[in-house]
Amino acid sequence: MSQEMFDKLAEAVIKGETNNAEALAKEALEKGLDPLQCIAEGLTKGIQKVGELFASGEYFLPELIIGADAMKTALDILEPALIGDQAREVVGTIVLGTVEGDLHEIGKTLVGTMLTANGFKVIDIGVDKPASEFIDAVKESGANLVGASALLTTTMIRQENLIGALKDAGLREQVMVMVGGAPVTESYAKQIGANGYAENAISAVDLAMRLVDAPA
Amino acid sequence: MRPKLILLSDELVKQIIEEGFALLMNPGIQVHNDEALSLLADAGAEVDMESKIAKIPEKIAWQALDSSPSEFYLYDLDGNQVVHYGGDSVQFDPGSGGITILDSETQKQRQALTEDYVKFIKLVEMLPQVDAQSTAFITSDVSKGIGDLYRLYLALNFMRKPIVTGAFEKETWWTMKDMLVAVVGSEKDLAELPVAVFDACPSPPLKWSDITCQNLIDCAKNNIPAELISMPMAGANSPVTLAGAVVQHTAESLSGVIINQLANPGAPIVWGGSPATFDMRKGTTPMGAIGTWMINCAYVQIGKELNLPTHSYLGMSDAKIVDAQCGLESSSAFMAALAGANMVSGAGMMDFESCLSYEKLVVDAEIIGMAKRLIAGIDGRQTPIALEIMQELGHKGNFLSHPHTRKWFRKELYIPSEVIDRDTLEAWEKKGSKSTWERAQDRVDDLLAKYQPSPMSSEVKKELRVITTKAANKAGMRELPSLPED
Repeated sequence: MSQEMFDKLAEAVIKGETNNAEALAKEALEKGLDPLQCIAEGLTKGIQKVGELFASGEYFLPELIIGADAMKTALDILEPALIGDQAREVVGTIVLGTVEGDLHEIGKTLVGTMLTANGFKVIDIGVDKPASEFIDAVKESGANLVGASALLTTTMIRQENLIGALKDAGLREQVMVMVGGAPVTESYAKQIGANGYAENAISAVDLAMRLVDAPA
Repeated sequence: MRPKLILLSDELVKQIIEEGFALLMNPGIQVHNDEALSLLADAGAEVDMESKIAKIPEKIAWQALDSSPSEFYLYDLDGNQVVHYGGDSVQFDPGSGGITILDSETQKQRQALTEDYVKFIKLVEMLPQVDAQSTAFITSDVSKGIGDLYRLYLALNFMRKPIVTGAFEKETWWTMKDMLVAVVGSEKDLAELPVAVFDACPSPPLKWSDITCQNLIDCAKNNIPAELISMPMAGANSPVTLAGAVVQHTAESLSGVIINQLANPGAPIVWGGSPATFDMRKGTTPMGAIGTWMINCAYVQIGKELNLPTHSYLGMSDAKIVDAQCGLESSSAFMAALAGANMVSGAGMMDFESCLSYEKLVVDAEIIGMAKRLIAGIDGRQTPIALEIMQELGHKGNFLSHPHTRKWFRKELYIPSEVIDRDTLEAWEKKGSKSTWERAQDRVDDLLAKYQPSPMSSEVKKELRVITTKAANKAGMRELPSLPED
């Protein structure tokens, strides 16, 4: 019976049925199923399948994102229900945002979605965020990663400023900094002292895995 | 007859404009700039200073459209009227804001330096098909804080053509204005005979950042032309349907016209943009996608309907080297010309909007030459068109020596440079069996060898350097890189 429920949860993620995923998560808890198992055997299996379908070219970005959304909705119900010292295995915690002066959301959100789907805890602070807000979020969450996005050639300078501010706040040793955005390049990332650069959301996951030293 | 590309039916135009107006009111426009918000509030918009959202009634939009000029001119540094923003005039400038140059030796991208951009400026000056300069590169050898104004500094030292530019900060806009004033003589001259237009980009969907909004306002107050660059990405931060992306473009651009005109009614403003479709596999914004071209041409049609000067970002490629894909995609310049976009930015640009290449620029110049010929249309030239001359020559085919040929061939034919290969096989082999890339390199060298130094006085050059150095010092940079020789 529980296996059937896990499969349904996985299926909801694969089909990107957010409402269904939510209802199934609630139903699972009502039936007394182990929330951790629901996550591991249901949601995670589902998102892995979505990843495979994307990689094989069958799925496109909208299906990928909607699948991750469905997963997140179910996760929001199942995670608070974890019993005792049960915890979802989190690969790493990342504070993610678009730098000050830049209102572009999509790239950053895509990265957040992909990281969530791959087991990261993502604290998305939004767009147009000054260095101080990144720093506050790092302090609060104890994150070990920071992701700063900039779509404009005019705002990429703020990624450099952020790294300086993290240093000044004494947090630079605690966090690995990843940068991204259309105008950002590998050499630029190196030049400003970032730990890594990813050209898209998919390689951002590989990069984040590498930076936290997790098996990809 | 001027050939024209019309993508939207009359009903669709009407529907798009209606929905654009409706979006101004609900959900409104989010404007992260207090001066703009108070301008909007004073004009009668419903403004929430907390959420920074202005709900703008249709009446305010119509007033702004009424006060904005339907046309204006850009002048070269010799005071000649060379660019007409208005009607169906079509002109071209290179893509702007690139950060890498495709190295001519290695064919690999690297960060652009002062000398690269100067070479590019000279090349643009020398290409007859290209009508205006752009602040094409952000060079990596100066402090990021002056990235925007340093481009303009370099351009002004080597150019005569007008320029499409833009500022990255509120303060740097003023420095850039000072530079332009130094070159043309006075603020009055700059307003009356503008040599530059400043791009101002809303943030999709339906938002303005503090900086770009301030640039838009400052342009208006100083009567300096501003060009709106709305860039919905269909399916990512705008509706996926092409018409839906145009609706968003309409609302964002309308909000720009309104803010600009509230700051100074009658200031020159351009209905431009750089929208794109979204690649659903790669998450990139392909400039070479047919959908991207269609959104561009469709919003140009909307701009014309609203009686505004227009601009579009076309003629670019997503290719990483100057190859077949690069040529294929850059031909979108034809569509921009047929749509009648007054300024088409993009020549020389590749790898989306991040890299520029000298070689691509000279190939693109040929596309531009052909596009301009295309929209000049087919003219009978004389009446009867051919009857007399054909009856005279009868069945003898010696038109080559006839005065009629000599009279018309330069007008009728677009004659390309040696970048385009029309040799016989044997002649082509004799010249070294050169590829497009190699022929483009030859053309680049030829043109640069013929470049004549700018006649700008040494006093003005000195003043420009003083202004720029001051800004550099403020940004923590002691000295500017030295200028390459003329």
